Amino acid sequence: MIQYIPFIAVACLIFIGLYAAMFRRNLIKIVIGISIIESGVNLFLITLGYREGGVAPIFTSLPPGTTYPEQMVLPVVQALTLTSIVIGVAVLALMLSLVMHIYRKYDSLDVSKIRRLKE
Amino acid sequence: MMDLDVFLQHSPALIIATPLLCAFLMPLVSRVHATLRNIFAIFMLGVTGFFVGLLATDVLANGPRVYVFGAKDLTLPLVRILFTVDSISIFMVIITSILAVVAVIYSWSFLDKQDGLDKYYTLLFLVVASAFGMQMTGDIFNFFVFLEISCIASCALIAFWITEGESLEAAFKYIVISSVGALFLLFAVGIFYAQYNALNIATLAQSLQYSFLDKFALILLIVVLGMKAGLAPMHMWLPDAYGRAPPSVTLVIMSATLASFYGILRVLFTLYGNVLTTTIRFDIPLHVVVGWILIALAVISILIGVIMALIQSDLMRLIGYTAVAEVGYIFLAIGTTIAALGAPYATVALHGGIFHILNDALDIGLLFLVAGAIYYVTKKRSLDDISGLARTMKFTTVFFIIGLLAVAGMPPLNGFTSKFLIYESVYQLNPILSIIALLCSILMLAVFIKVLYAAFLGPELPDLKDVKEAPKSMLLAMGILAALAILIGLFPNIFLDTLVRPAADALLNHTQYITTVMGGI
Repeated sequence: MIQYIPFIAVACLIFIGLYAAMFRRNLIKIVIGISIIESGVNLFLITLGYREGGVAPIFTSLPPGTTYPEQMVLPVVQALTLTSIVIGVAVLALMLSLVMHIYRKYDSLDVSKIRRLKE
Repeated sequence: MMDLDVFLQHSPALIIATPLLCAFLMPLVSRVHATLRNIFAIFMLGVTGFFVGLLATDVLANGPRVYVFGAKDLTLPLVRILFTVDSISIFMVIITSILAVVAVIYSWSFLDKQDGLDKYYTLLFLVVASAFGMQMTGDIFNFFVFLEISCIASCALIAFWITEGESLEAAFKYIVISSVGALFLLFAVGIFYAQYNALNIATLAQSLQYSFLDKFALILLIVVLGMKAGLAPMHMWLPDAYGRAPPSVTLVIMSATLASFYGILRVLFTLYGNVLTTTIRFDIPLHVVVGWILIALAVISILIGVIMALIQSDLMRLIGYTAVAEVGYIFLAIGTTIAALGAPYATVALHGGIFHILNDALDIGLLFLVAGAIYYVTKKRSLDDISGLARTMKFTTVFFIIGLLAVAGMPPLNGFTSKFLIYESVYQLNPILSIIALLCSILMLAVFIKVLYAAFLGPELPDLKDVKEAPKSMLLAMGILAALAILIGLFPNIFLDTLVRPAADALLNHTQYITTVMGGI
């Protein structure tokens, strides 16, 4: 059971984030929702990285008796997660700067007051 | 010839590296002189075009090409990324390069009075490089990275006219939809890695078991890439973004959109190529279900695109909606191919669909450039405020007529051949679909005839008396697209035989893709 808890957390995070991004009217809350989805996906990737009986691929601190390289974990998902975090920061910064400009323009963060592109 | 071989060998890397280098040199070059910057941009695109041509001739003659980044030999910590270029990739790369060249030529005078152009060119080249990357990569995580680069750069470009609230709104909509979409793509990548310990598309395609998780990943991928390609009902961002960005930006965003479309082709035909014929519940094969879902969405896109275009008064937004309809036509062809996999007319549908990607890029691109020219000289967006422009803007009028005839699929322009192939093959699947497609095409012609009368014919407005013809570089950009449209319309067989047929064969023959990559390892 305990090994499924991260996946349940992933599902919860993604649904909470989707709910916020789809149904909230405040732009900042939409941005927060997207951030939560991103955390969920990152948690999912990191969870996949766990290998039973594997050791971390750090050459200088290998436990005695490890067979190289069969027992070392290839840190692909960790690398993916790092990439995804960096991209996430860029997207977050861009979204927040857009929100800032929108607020200056309309004096509001409410989606329903901003929407001019309707039809 | 020795040197050319070296260039050819590394051309997949160079095609990405040249625009990237150019993007980050742009702020430096802009410091020197504005004209130098423009010449530098066109020169670098010329260099990229040279590599594209080199790679295209080789790929079309000798089959798919694999380029390895990272570990060359097969020791166990296998850290490497593969680029796999086959005929469909090179077809998309050629479209992207045409659009990029035209966009840069057009921006020369279209944006001459704006500031911040160094950053504009940097972002433009980033979008182009990321579109090339998406089209050539053989690694699904790499695809995600390039997708995110294109999202971020396109979003910043859509908000180029930052003083207008509407462009900010369009950009925000675009970034929300793209970033959520890209995150779900990453989720699908995670699902694949969890099951098969691989990220390479060919390796995944070979070992795909079609488990429950794979079904889920397929749904995620189709939804996400369909959304990025502008398929209804996830099309809302497209008219906003296309309508509010500067038209030169619209061209490069269109190339990014088409790259997502290429992603769908790659996922359906290569990644899931082995399991498409698997039977799922009630003895219905998977490809029939996926095909009919795509066809249904495509018909909705066509209807929504044309009907919404009828009621628009903003010219660029109107063209944005017809772009949705055009995307619908491409998906109609692809859906037909998948639903009728194996039947002779499926191949015809695929030819029509792939050919229509090229024609859609040229025709919709041309119309956007014309709308941009009208905006440049009159500073007006709405059709109610412009009239009688044909008196002063003769060339632009001619280009608009070429664009409208091409989009509506009239002979002898390029849209005719591809739309004819689509009607012909869709008719054999289901006549009603073909009739809907044909009727919507006629409606599209009506929409643009309305625009022709509203904007170009009719009485001259007093405040538009001193309007001049668009500047030369804009006319040249429109001229290139119009000339290509006429050329393809007059000699469709040359393009069908040299580019479209190999591309369709590369998609249908997915085992060749897999064996090339696996043999390369």
